[in-house]
Amino acid sequence: MDKRLEPIVKDVQEKFSATFDEFRDEVHLMVAAEQIVDVLTLLRDEYKFELLSSLTASDYWPQETPRFHVVYQLSSIEKNICLQVRVPVNGTSPKVPTVIGVYKVANWRERELLDMFGIEFDGHPDPRRILMPEGTEGHPLRKDFPLGYEEPQFTFNFEEIGLTKPSPKE
Amino acid sequence: MAQIEEVNVEQFKHLVSERALTGETMLLNMGPQHPSTHGVLRLLLELDGEIVVNCIPDIGYLHTGIEKNMESKTYQKAEVMTDRLDYMNTMGNNLSYVMAVEKLVDLDVPARAQALRVILVELQRIASHLVLIGTWGLDLAAMSMFLYCFREREQILDIFELVSGQRMMTTYIRPGGVWRDVPVEFEKAVRDFLKTFPKRVDEYEKLLTKNPLFVDRMVDIGYLTKETALSYGVTGPNLRASGVNWDLRKARPYMGYEQYDFDVPVLHEGDTYARYLVRIEEFRQSLRIIEQALNKLPMGPVRSENRKFVPPPRSEIGVSMESLIHHFKLWTEGFPAPKNSIYSAVESPRGELGMYLEGDGGPKPHRIHLRTPSFDNLSVLPEIVKGHLVADLVAILASIDIVLGDIDR
Repeated sequence: MDKRLEPIVKDVQEKFSATFDEFRDEVHLMVAAEQIVDVLTLLRDEYKFELLSSLTASDYWPQETPRFHVVYQLSSIEKNICLQVRVPVNGTSPKVPTVIGVYKVANWRERELLDMFGIEFDGHPDPRRILMPEGTEGHPLRKDFPLGYEEPQFTFNFEEIGLTKPSPKE
Repeated sequence: MAQIEEVNVEQFKHLVSERALTGETMLLNMGPQHPSTHGVLRLLLELDGEIVVNCIPDIGYLHTGIEKNMESKTYQKAEVMTDRLDYMNTMGNNLSYVMAVEKLVDLDVPARAQALRVILVELQRIASHLVLIGTWGLDLAAMSMFLYCFREREQILDIFELVSGQRMMTTYIRPGGVWRDVPVEFEKAVRDFLKTFPKRVDEYEKLLTKNPLFVDRMVDIGYLTKETALSYGVTGPNLRASGVNWDLRKARPYMGYEQYDFDVPVLHEGDTYARYLVRIEEFRQSLRIIEQALNKLPMGPVRSENRKFVPPPRSEIGVSMESLIHHFKLWTEGFPAPKNSIYSAVESPRGELGMYLEGDGGPKPHRIHLRTPSFDNLSVLPEIVKGHLVADLVAILASIDIVLGDIDR
């Protein structure tokens, strides 16, 4: 592990009973969902992680607990280090407190997760879908959401496909 | 199919001011089909006369589910989708994805391939900035800039066609190296470009930098402070125009960027004009990098020798049974990646282009998230346009340099 990261990881571990693992020189901290705002506030103010580089999630369906991991990728410009914080979330009613108060970039990124994974963010001021149109059913990036496929229309099956092909009304 | 509903104020009640509800201010759609939005972007504007009170961006018109599609393809096949992501920066997208794969499976890259990657990515950076400066001029009624910039961009696209056979969707950079070695004409083509382009940059500066019509539209408009920029995750030239010296090529050098001598332009004004000046200076720095990389371009292989990940050359397949097996396995099954996650980022013309890549032990990615710079850069727009005129909004939107393919993915 990077020498500069050691005291940070140790401190977060002591304060929030977090676990960590390492892969290819990257440190992944695992914390509970209720603590995420405090952890990020501590990392931003105390250890100068000014930038929330990326905020995403990963689905481990069909496993139900924890079904999702929400992944916060932090960067420190001053110290030139980065750190990944992961939050395990339950699959039945996924809910994580919003971190807009800490990083404003979380606004759109959390809307994207709501849209794509159906993870709700407690206290989000504008919980609308962002990429899919309003009224879409389901959450596309979940592993149980099927990948769509449209059969190509050739001369031999032209009429057969034409029957089921969606067309604009009027 | 979702029902198409008429837009009403109720949906946006929490985002607009009280005055919009009483009808005192006007709600106006700018886009999705509007020449100044640089793509299919819809901005819902709340206007008090000509003053922008609130701006609500609406994105997703180009959403094609690239992340979902990539999950169903092997690591080699998924790469072609990255070209379609940010169509102004195809080489950079390839590089970002390929670097993530190389980090996940721990694959080496030969020195010649690294230098070639640097040359091509820097050429792509120039091409991307050229489109920006050209369309920026177009937005602010300097039509000739657009024509000049596209003339030079064509020269770069010709070089891409030379090396990869494609002008835009190149997929030239592959895991473990590049597709094949560059042809002999490559060096001359790049040297010709290096010779003509510095003069062209001077011409652009003569046309725009001191042009009062252009400058008046940009100075003191769209201030972005350092704190706001960092909080909104703004990166790239926009962040550097706000006084933060953060360039991943310098901070976390990849592909041998540490060998090259170049400066990172940083300005402290944070207005639209500063964002323009940073890009003009980046033209010159990119040229410096290309020249150095071309001068010490090493000879040698352009693909890794690790046959578990990189297919063998055609000449070996006929004579070696192992090569034939490797080739067959790689193109039918793909290569497995460990069950773990990595994050790798490069400096694209728009900022930090990051890839969160997670393997599941098999040949397909479990999850890939594309941290695209335009997405975060656009999210700061409502913050910086408040109180400006609609005409200034056009200049500000051009200055943050968005590509809608990059935002919607």
